[in-house]
Amino acid sequence: MPQLDQIEAMPEPMAEPLNIPKAKSKIKDKMLPYLMITPAMIIMAVFVIYPIFYMIYLSFFDWNMMSEMKYVGTRNYQRLIEDADFRQVIGNTFKYVGWTVALSVFFGLLSALYLKANTKINTFLQGAMFIPHVVSLVSISFIWMWLMEGQYGLLNYLLSVVGIDPIRWLEDPQIALNSIIIISVWKSIGYNTIIIISALHAVPEYLYQAASLDKASKITTFFKITLPMISPSLFFLVLMNLISAFKVFEPINIITKGGPMNSTNTLVHMIYEEGFQFYKIGYASSMGVVLMVILSICTLVYFKMLSKRVHYR
Amino acid sequence: MDIAKKILKGIFNVILVIIFTLPFYWMFLTAFKTLGQTLKIPPDFYVLDPQWVNFKTVFEKVDIIGMTKNSIIVTGGILLCQAITVIPAAYAFARYKFVGSNFLFGLTLGTMMIPAQLIFLPVFLFLSEFGLINTYASLILPSASSAFAIFMLRQTFMQIPEELVEAARLDKTSELQIMWKIMLPIARPTVMTLGLLTFISTWNDYFWPFVLTTNDAVRTLPVGIAGLKSVDGAALPYQLMMAGNVILVIPVIIAFMLAQKQIISAFTYMGEK
Repeated sequence: MPQLDQIEAMPEPMAEPLNIPKAKSKIKDKMLPYLMITPAMIIMAVFVIYPIFYMIYLSFFDWNMMSEMKYVGTRNYQRLIEDADFRQVIGNTFKYVGWTVALSVFFGLLSALYLKANTKINTFLQGAMFIPHVVSLVSISFIWMWLMEGQYGLLNYLLSVVGIDPIRWLEDPQIALNSIIIISVWKSIGYNTIIIISALHAVPEYLYQAASLDKASKITTFFKITLPMISPSLFFLVLMNLISAFKVFEPINIITKGGPMNSTNTLVHMIYEEGFQFYKIGYASSMGVVLMVILSICTLVYFKMLSKRVHYR
Repeated sequence: MDIAKKILKGIFNVILVIIFTLPFYWMFLTAFKTLGQTLKIPPDFYVLDPQWVNFKTVFEKVDIIGMTKNSIIVTGGILLCQAITVIPAAYAFARYKFVGSNFLFGLTLGTMMIPAQLIFLPVFLFLSEFGLINTYASLILPSASSAFAIFMLRQTFMQIPEELVEAARLDKTSELQIMWKIMLPIARPTVMTLGLLTFISTWNDYFWPFVLTTNDAVRTLPVGIAGLKSVDGAALPYQLMMAGNVILVIPVIIAFMLAQKQIISAFTYMGEK
């Protein structure tokens, strides 16, 4: 960068700054930052902030996109409480989120501990684990649909080799949601592993040296040094995983369409169904508000963590 | 390390590789099988006569070329729009203190946490009021800015020493020139990383193009491939679904093999900072 070199060669700014900006250009200078942020702010206002208020507004109406909008007060919300399908969907969503986040962070931690040494083979393994994260969810869904196919799928064949009866991965209402959880965990382990590895590498080496001088066992070292040192990253990761799990849509839409018997239907997918298939705009919006409240709680905790992390630096 | 431990580690590594790559191998393999071979038990783990005709059939069933064109237009459009909106905004938030700057930046951070999956319904209704459904604009505009990118680029701009800017100001360089000629070249690695990230996530995105389109005119490749599940009301046989899937995955896997390091660091940018 030639410009950089030139600038560095220039004399230091004088203690008393020259009064270069003239009165005329001052107004222009004041306007400049506003001009610079305007395009981004317009997009943000129109496509994020306005839709949120519009959604809250719509949740108080009955509307099918054709008829007149009818104000119904809080009736949509009352219906939510009475709606057995919605209760089931909330249950599904929390089960999905809880297990997906717990398992993918847990296995991420295990494989991070296993792969943390900087060797060629470990780098290769990390790369292999990361591929599912960069591939489209459409592909992931198709691949697993085929692997989990009841009659001709590879998984059931492999189970039969070791003498286990075939599992109706995607057809059994008791099992289907677990199958979706497996797919999501498989997709996100690689990402979690790499984040945790970088946290592990940030733990100062002298702590481990001190521990080994004290002849601390490996398990003690892990619980007394490693875990406390990486816990800020872990919390952060849990929250990132939570937010992304709550918005699950693609595997459900592509693989099961929420079935069998509503057993894999989750919040975002139900909003989609109510809004785009049954045209119950108001009702779907009230579900959107519920999702927003859940995400806001996650976000508040997340920012609390983020500001803490900044303090550490 | 003793032998037993080494062997155990070797076995473990092989299991890891199998868990994470076998599904992809199975996709490639199935894409080249005949219908009879996909229904065979026990299944074949190799193919002797690859069925290239599967790909030809997929090209006949869905408009792969049209969808790819749509994907390129939408991805390119979003990259261009984000460059226009993100770079100046990040620069302004990093370098100027102005009335409302804290509030507006906080607001920007807040929107980072609002996913498409929360607001797609009102966005759809809003775009349809303007007759924009099934246009490229409807797929580009909602992603035309990125709070995450503004946040990341602002961090980078803030790390650039103030003396550089002061020196340039003394030299009567205009503010825009300072941004364009001095700051941006220094921030190039961040810009490239953010661009790569936006490229991959937009190329892969299924959600927005799925909910914001009602016909095939502007649908992108992921939506087109997902459509193989219901061509003429019935799902295609698996060898064809996997062939379509290969078409969708190949560019990403090639990109990943060429730039594994950059891609991983782009995706983990946030978590590691």
